[in-house]
Amino acid sequence: MAKRIDVSGLTAYYSAHKAIDDISMTVEPRSVTAFIGPSGCGKSTFLRTLNRMHEVTPGGRVEGKVLLDDEDLYGSGVDPVAVRSTIGMVFQRPNPFPTMSIFDNVAAGLRLNGSYKKAELADVVEKSLKGANLWNEVKDRLNKPGSGLSGGQQQRLCIARAIAVEPQVLLMDEPCSALDPISTLAIEDLIGELKERFTIVIVTHNMQQAARVSDRTAFFNLSAVGQPGKLIEIDETERIFSNPSVQATEDYISGRFG
Amino acid sequence: MGIPTQDTVPPPAKPSATEQKRAARGATRPGDRIFLGLTRGSGILLLVIMAAIAVFLTYRATLAISKDEGNFLTTFDWNTSADPPVFGIAVLAFGTVVSSVIAMVIAVPIAVAIALFLTHYAPRRLSGPIAYVIDLLAAVPSIVYGLWGALVLVPHLNGLYSWLDAYLGWTGIFEWQGGAPRSMLTVGILLAIMILPIVTNVSREVFRQAPKMIEEAALALGATRWEVIRMAVLPFGRSGVISASMLGLGRALGETMAVATVLSPDFLIHTSLLDPGGGTFAQNIASKFSEATDFGRDALIASGLVLFVITLLVNGAARAIIARRKEYSGANA
Repeated sequence: MAKRIDVSGLTAYYSAHKAIDDISMTVEPRSVTAFIGPSGCGKSTFLRTLNRMHEVTPGGRVEGKVLLDDEDLYGSGVDPVAVRSTIGMVFQRPNPFPTMSIFDNVAAGLRLNGSYKKAELADVVEKSLKGANLWNEVKDRLNKPGSGLSGGQQQRLCIARAIAVEPQVLLMDEPCSALDPISTLAIEDLIGELKERFTIVIVTHNMQQAARVSDRTAFFNLSAVGQPGKLIEIDETERIFSNPSVQATEDYISGRFG
Repeated sequence: MGIPTQDTVPPPAKPSATEQKRAARGATRPGDRIFLGLTRGSGILLLVIMAAIAVFLTYRATLAISKDEGNFLTTFDWNTSADPPVFGIAVLAFGTVVSSVIAMVIAVPIAVAIALFLTHYAPRRLSGPIAYVIDLLAAVPSIVYGLWGALVLVPHLNGLYSWLDAYLGWTGIFEWQGGAPRSMLTVGILLAIMILPIVTNVSREVFRQAPKMIEEAALALGATRWEVIRMAVLPFGRSGVISASMLGLGRALGETMAVATVLSPDFLIHTSLLDPGGGTFAQNIASKFSEATDFGRDALIASGLVLFVITLLVNGAARAIIARRKEYSGANA
């Protein structure tokens, strides 16, 4: 269900431009790890290397190792499609399939993987929507289009879609940045519940959010615009926000820059 | 469970009708007034032209049809100089619809495939030049297609015809008596080549506009490239592909010179698509117009009116198809 991620010496490029440089870290299973840092520091790029979405961008390529438990995601013979189906992702802006109903949206991943029975499908959809705290709001209109929901509901629908396939890891790329405070709170609560079952990595621009939801926090920074982003430090969230070991982290958190 | 959310916000109150009117009347600057006049004038002009065409066609058509001794809709003949005149559009309507349908059946899948290849498979170096060549295809005048069809396509179709006859001849639709391949099928193939560029180009535009974030959603779920296309690109482009097909169909229905050059017309409905003969509205008008009497021209205009109505019906049907699934169209993504 939940696996550990071990990254070592990971460097990612957009064509010739080096976006992140030599990152190594460990993400613990059944916990929330938050990535913070100024814009352009590569935290989203790094997140996307964890499920091989980075290479989808034209010119995107990666060097280094990402171990999911003991399996190297970038090993030869590893199918990126298979990687993405075991590592779920939630995006910055809610992106339910506009041409599908709410039910079909949640069922989409299962149908892709092909291994389901018709009767199971309804159960999984209900379970996933409940898991995303959305069931009560949508149970009477499962065959209505998902795009008819509000932004916050759509984002929870996307979370339901991601957890329906029981991924090993759930990656969230600023999942609340397009949402109002109430919807944000609903998602943060949900993250707290989901970490019982999944390994969660969340990128956020909101430091309070990182402090609220995460167990460990990684701070990324870049020395100048156009320079590659680097991992400055990763530690217990409490420590990062109270007594970080690097000066730059403290400067960023206390609002002295960024 | 979680915090109760107030996600369902009621829509803001609409301003009343009088308020809206006042806001619209607020356009008092000279530039606005001039632009309003220009755009409104253009809009009205379009309506006037359409009305004028309709009135002209209907008037002349009525003159001809009132003197027609045959049934205008079902007669298999076009003899306007006889006394009394006997003519009907049955063969023309059949030929126009059949050749266009053949063209669509051949062209739309190929066009969609090319468009998908250009937007989602081809490396960028390659997609540019290919798109350019397709644009060139659209720029070839239709008489050139006609000449090519008559001089190159027709002589080379014997192989295809005997193959169809051998394997599908039992259906009756593909039975070949060995005549020159100047049939509805040949016309359909030629029309398919002619409408390919417009269907491809419009489809390509639509597929390119498929939202990246929806494609990423599919990818992140573990979709292969084809599955991404099926989940995130095709449904989004569906209405666009229908529109593109209608543009192509419009061209196929009205195509004149290419059909007139390739087809050897007669006034019979052939059950086999491979039999030479038949005719289309536009081809019939083009080949008869120059030698027609005034009355003959009125009769041809009457047939043109029917083509006009068919085109309108096709467009209406397409709109209905697009509107039926508007909720899911992706336009509200």
